[in-house]
Amino acid sequence: MYEFFTNTYFGIFLFILGQCLAVTVCVLISLAFLMYADRKIWAAVQMRKGPNVVGAFGLLQSFADFLKYIVKEVVIPAGADKPVFLLAPLLAFILPVISWAVIPFNDGWVISNLNVAILYVFAIGSLEVYGVIMGGWASNSKYPFLGSLRSAAQMISYEVSIGFIIVGIILSTGSMNFGDIVRAQDGNFGLFNWYWLPHFPMVFLFFISALAETNRPPFDLPEAEAELVAGYQVEYSSTPFLLFMIGELMAVWLMCALMTLLFFGGWLSPIPGISDGILWFLVKMFMVFFMFAMVKAIVPRYRYDQLMRIGWKIFLPLSLAWVVIVGLFAQYGLFAGAYARWTVGG
Amino acid sequence: MQYLPILIFLGLAIALGLILILAAIIVAVSNPDSEKTSAYECGFNAFDDARMKFDVRFYLVAILFIIFDLEVAFLFPWAVSFKDIGMVGFWSMMVFLGVLTIGFAYEWKKGALEWD
Repeated sequence: MYEFFTNTYFGIFLFILGQCLAVTVCVLISLAFLMYADRKIWAAVQMRKGPNVVGAFGLLQSFADFLKYIVKEVVIPAGADKPVFLLAPLLAFILPVISWAVIPFNDGWVISNLNVAILYVFAIGSLEVYGVIMGGWASNSKYPFLGSLRSAAQMISYEVSIGFIIVGIILSTGSMNFGDIVRAQDGNFGLFNWYWLPHFPMVFLFFISALAETNRPPFDLPEAEAELVAGYQVEYSSTPFLLFMIGELMAVWLMCALMTLLFFGGWLSPIPGISDGILWFLVKMFMVFFMFAMVKAIVPRYRYDQLMRIGWKIFLPLSLAWVVIVGLFAQYGLFAGAYARWTVGG
Repeated sequence: MQYLPILIFLGLAIALGLILILAAIIVAVSNPDSEKTSAYECGFNAFDDARMKFDVRFYLVAILFIIFDLEVAFLFPWAVSFKDIGMVGFWSMMVFLGVLTIGFAYEWKKGALEWD
């Protein structure tokens, strides 16, 4: 039986397919509860109860919503470009899903151990804007069109600073592999070895850029319901809309994973002496997501010109300067090699 | 060989997305009428094509994005091989970044980043 999965082509194919299926199913189920957690946290901040009818404490709310989406009519506007209209949500769903192929959940627990893993995630992240702009264009309606333009401009603006921040991390590690990046953060001081300390200001920049990149509040301008109703999603209904929602939430969850891997040591344990493991990874991811949810509940929405000003005039120069600073620190080996961990990682 | 799992994952994701869309098309009752399929508007019929003129600043942002994203793409291999390229590699990238910063300052001064 074991030989079948390692020696025959069909066996290898089945084995990989099983891995992919396991990751996809786990991520999708976690998304259902994430959606629930998001709503519950939001409700708790506003002293409401939140979803509490379906299942115990409303735990099954997301599954009920899912069934509801399936039995709703798919309305395609008469003026819409039909193939592109249906392709857009498909793209918005596929791209965040396949990014999970290179995310390691534990040491070696990764579907494809690419040596250019970050570049892969970054490239797929750049493509995500196509789903939005195709959806807005194909709807042939004013609100989706304006919403998709705004959303596209916002996503690409913040992608640049995310890119620079990632370059700073790669400089310190000397590798684009997530495993190497996490191993470079291993050390005798537990959580003080992780990159959040040497790359301190960039943690906040990355977090805020991630909010803008995934169109989360306070930067959910494409869906500013007071002016654009729901942005590029106006004309969508039923499962095409569901695919957009899943894609959006999955991109948020992916950003949580990226923050965990880049700044908070992935699966490493924060206290020396306690064993590392997948549990730490999940706990850290959820803590980052908790911050996402709290920001949604607490911070008021930004104006579009403010958003663009922060992106281009503050974040871009700051992250660019940080690349130069990290380069200098690494080149001259300052701070006891905290910025040059090539011996540990790469 | 490393990319084979990604290809399989891609196939799985496409299949899953298609199943979800097809599920609604097959399961749900479809009963379109002209009001339902008209473009969304606030209380009146949409009176012209929605693909209208839009602000040139979106175009400017897109151009700026291309420049800076290319820059990031140049920085990636530089950052990975940082330990092997020594002083020459380090300072030549600093010069490159300096030139781009001058360009960025020019754009800023020209008002390409203003949104009001």
